[in-house]
Amino acid sequence: MGAKKGGKEDAVEDMPHVPLKAILLADSFTTKFRPITLECPKVLLPIVNTPMIDYTLAWLESANVEEVFVFCCSHSKQIIDYLDKSKWVNQPNFSVSTIESHNCISAGDALRFIYDKNVINGDFVLISGDTVSNMILTEALQEHKERRQKDSNAVMTMVIKQSKPSQITRQTRLGTDELFMAIDPATKQLLYYDDKSDDQKGTLTLDKAFLAENPSISIHNDKQDCYIDICSPEVLSLFTDNFDYQHLRRHFVKGLLVDDIMGFKIFTHEIHSDYAARIDNFRSYDSISKDIIQRWTYPFVPDVQFSLNNPTNLERHGIYRASEILQSRSAEIGPFTYIGKGSSIGGKTVISNSVIGDGCKIGSNVLIDGCYIWNNVTIEDGCNLKQAILCDGVVMKSGSVLEPGVVLSFNVVVGQEFVVPAYSKVSLLPQPVTQDSDEELEYADNNSGIIHTIDTLENGNSRTEWESSEVGIGGRGFIWSMSEVDHEEEWRHSVAPIPETKLIELTQMVFDNLELNIQDDIVLAVPGEQESGNESDDDNMDDSLQIFEKEIEATFLRAVHEKVKDDHIILEVNSLRLSYNLALEDCASALFYSMMKLALDTTHTSPASLVKNANDVMSRYGKLLKPYLQSVDGEIEVILKFEEMCSESAKEFAAVFVQILHMLYDKDIIQEEAILNWAEEKEGADESDKVFVKQSEKFIQWLNEASEEED
Amino acid sequence: MDFQVVVLAGGTSTKLAPLVSKDVPKSLLPVANRPVLSYVLDLLEQSNIKDLIVVVEGEDTEGLVENWISEAYVDRLHVEVASVGEEVGTAGALRAIAHHLTASDILVVSGDLVCDISPGAVAAAHRRHDAAVTALFCAAPISGPTESGTSSGKDKTKKPVRHNIVGLDLTQQFLLYIAAGMEVEKDIKVQKSILRAVGKMEIHADLMDAHLYAFKRSVLQQVLNQKQTFRSLKQDVLPYLVKSQLRSEILLNGAQAEENGNEDNYNTDKVMLSQLLANASTPSFHEVYALGPNGFSPAERKTHKCCVYIANKTKYCARLNSIQAYSDINRDVIGDASHLSGCTFSVHNNVIHPSAVLGSKTTVGPQCMLGEGSQMGDKCSVKRSVIGRHCRIGSNVKIVNSVIMNHVTIGDGCSIQGTIISSNVQLQERALLRDCQIGAGYVVAAGSEHKGELLRK
Repeated sequence: MGAKKGGKEDAVEDMPHVPLKAILLADSFTTKFRPITLECPKVLLPIVNTPMIDYTLAWLESANVEEVFVFCCSHSKQIIDYLDKSKWVNQPNFSVSTIESHNCISAGDALRFIYDKNVINGDFVLISGDTVSNMILTEALQEHKERRQKDSNAVMTMVIKQSKPSQITRQTRLGTDELFMAIDPATKQLLYYDDKSDDQKGTLTLDKAFLAENPSISIHNDKQDCYIDICSPEVLSLFTDNFDYQHLRRHFVKGLLVDDIMGFKIFTHEIHSDYAARIDNFRSYDSISKDIIQRWTYPFVPDVQFSLNNPTNLERHGIYRASEILQSRSAEIGPFTYIGKGSSIGGKTVISNSVIGDGCKIGSNVLIDGCYIWNNVTIEDGCNLKQAILCDGVVMKSGSVLEPGVVLSFNVVVGQEFVVPAYSKVSLLPQPVTQDSDEELEYADNNSGIIHTIDTLENGNSRTEWESSEVGIGGRGFIWSMSEVDHEEEWRHSVAPIPETKLIELTQMVFDNLELNIQDDIVLAVPGEQESGNESDDDNMDDSLQIFEKEIEATFLRAVHEKVKDDHIILEVNSLRLSYNLALEDCASALFYSMMKLALDTTHTSPASLVKNANDVMSRYGKLLKPYLQSVDGEIEVILKFEEMCSESAKEFAAVFVQILHMLYDKDIIQEEAILNWAEEKEGADESDKVFVKQSEKFIQWLNEASEEED
Repeated sequence: MDFQVVVLAGGTSTKLAPLVSKDVPKSLLPVANRPVLSYVLDLLEQSNIKDLIVVVEGEDTEGLVENWISEAYVDRLHVEVASVGEEVGTAGALRAIAHHLTASDILVVSGDLVCDISPGAVAAAHRRHDAAVTALFCAAPISGPTESGTSSGKDKTKKPVRHNIVGLDLTQQFLLYIAAGMEVEKDIKVQKSILRAVGKMEIHADLMDAHLYAFKRSVLQQVLNQKQTFRSLKQDVLPYLVKSQLRSEILLNGAQAEENGNEDNYNTDKVMLSQLLANASTPSFHEVYALGPNGFSPAERKTHKCCVYIANKTKYCARLNSIQAYSDINRDVIGDASHLSGCTFSVHNNVIHPSAVLGSKTTVGPQCMLGEGSQMGDKCSVKRSVIGRHCRIGSNVKIVNSVIMNHVTIGDGCSIQGTIISSNVQLQERALLRDCQIGAGYVVAAGSEHKGELLRK
């Protein structure tokens, strides 16, 4: 006992020596930043003139992470080269090493790959290389560790932040889809996570089991997932065990939440005053740039040197200026603007809410609003740019115009006086012919086609046969075409603000949807219609019912041919019923169907002999139906089945419907109550449905009279 | 005060058989020796509500209740007793007495409520938010009615009974989701539109609908007229109002606008007015929603508010809707919630009417009540029990955890534990009862033993 205790203490002492590690995924495995990401990895794209990965690494360093493994996949060479030259290589107490892979197509693959490398042995921070944050990690780490000590199944702590999506567009200001989460308010355990919710469904369904354990849960639509996770080493092995997990959230998180066998739990940590956001699309690029300029991400702001960024001065009105800027006296620089080193700005040019990189040449009479202009961009006189992204080396010839939401990839040239239409994406590279519908597969064609294309481009740089029609005279670049669906949704993830017309349109739509939903609900709410809850299962049920019927028929025929004992038939039918999870009535109708089918298939010459056949079959096997016909409902079901046969699969019976009904009545298979109820049920039906009721009118009348006499 | 109060006193509940009968409807069932209805009436009287309508099921009940009220509250309350058909449900009852309702807001109280929460607080919350409906919720009994200290409760499932599943907003003022009755056992289906509007919803399973509602009259009457299939306030009307709160199908404030006579102003200042009423600097999510983004709204959006008043946990609140609840409430009213009983407890923490007669060596423990004119023989022992008026109890009788109503005769040597005995029951010598319910006028044979039985004539 004593020895054991001693060992434990040792372990506690050892604890601080385990360095905190982080896995940084330098590949988002999505295509949202195309066409830019065809030429440059996303994590190296500058945000306010500093590559994204620098923000992430600087934050990791400040959060006392000691070892970072940068996983790179697409354009891995560029990333490795960049890191080699960056300041991160020789930091004390902070080591950055890269893990390179060429055949990973998802975060899941990447984590499996890292697991095989066997470099992670303790808790680690999982983050993607496009995260901007200044949160203090200690508290979250502490919580995670404490939970782990109590419950080894608490494998992950997810960082969330308040951010309410717009009710109209259903997306946050970061352009991500609305997220529904259910959290246990006491333990902060995540119970439900839905980031791709079905808009058509007006309700969110939570398992009642959640409430069995907790007296209360909170449902959130006002939180944003920061994509910063504190994981235990089990997470990696979980990915290896479940080789079909690809996406961190869609597969892994949801997989764990649904799976209650292993009992792994995910918890949340909410940050309040700290900043954490992930650059997921162009809209978040825009929002996060603004946040950086407005200093929400302090100390990761342009005037603090946290990486090799150029020294910048912050002036009044949130204007940042690097050195060596040539600015004409008549140029107007508006608030919240960044101007990089060595850029020149001509006379009467107006710039507001924009970022301008290093070495840009901006002519005179240029209007720039809300644009992100990277390095060495040339903008000639008289251009007008609104809410656009211009990558390195772009040239805008004089008088050209960018409408909101345009993205110009590297070295694109826009011809004179050319107007690039809204939301266009222009690149020197042609659009990949086969657009992957699966957005996770960026890497696949990066590797095959694109690098090759770049080579040919560089070789043929001198060629001048650019089609003038695409981006104007003297322009260079392809305007990527968008499919109809993409085009509709383009505004969602663009740098440009959402147009007002769109908002009005959506508002109306939200309103209309609400109407529908409420009507649906009210139908559900009417008492006595409790079956309607099963709607969703109906399709499934129909299928399985059909298979079930076939099975029953096969069983029955085999039984007839092999002269199996009745008890055994019932046994077999019962086991079928259990395996298909159906009601007794379904067995009755399926068995009845098989019997009538048998009667039909036995040779007959006239309707009369058909009745005789049916009579024979029923007298022999009728008692098989008994165990399944315990209620009037079951009997009605049989009549309905027979009716269906007569009108569809076995029309021969149509002529003798009444005789057979009478026969069933005589044999006590169907009670008069069932027949009368059936007739009553059909009262309100369509004329076409009432054919058989009409046929049996006399019989029913007779039954009615008989019952009256009894009274 | 522009509130009209309707007390739904019900009729002869089948759940409470054999305790209730034609002669003793549910509302007159004695709790600590006075009818359960008196608890609600006293509560209302304390809130200075003197005008009220008591709705009962069936004309027989009407007669009984009317007689009792006119006797007990002759100078104190102005009570109108109305009878409706049986089995019409709570919504049906209100539909039937609709012509009596004239005030702008209606307070509906269940007659079987035993609580010390001021209805005035609920009414105030209702007014403050200008709500369509405000419901009173209280903490569900934690131990659950199944567990009451008697042995029978223990072996049942330990899971506390879920009365309601409710969704509230962050401030716990608005009702966003409710599941009642059968719905409680199903998966929770939350409307996304409401969730979007409010951002965060707290789902609680530990609250109980106390059956005290404040309704806007115009809303209530419209719903009752439009939805003829609605039978229950709790299961139909309230869930409907909650579900449709962001797209109201009700002409809100129609009546009020007419009265004010300045309809034009009213519409334009709608938001302002309700904000004034809400007395809040930030508008509730309903108003934000109704306004639409940036203040433009494609169509007039109508919303109504469903509010809740959550009673403080220290308050007592229970409904007499089952046999179990009956013995629980009796126990509580002479025990933990003794302030409700309206009696002064002696130094021994019990109430023994001065006219009661105790034999020698008879002990009446704490948390007991002995009614007027009751007599007990020698060497009896009473613990945590209520004994009604004019009972005759022999010698060597043990009574533990039981409720004994009026005019009960108990022979020598009986032992009674966890049992409810209705009026005029006769227990012959040495009868042994444990966890039984005995209907009025029953005679228990000498020396017989009964456990967990339901005995009635």
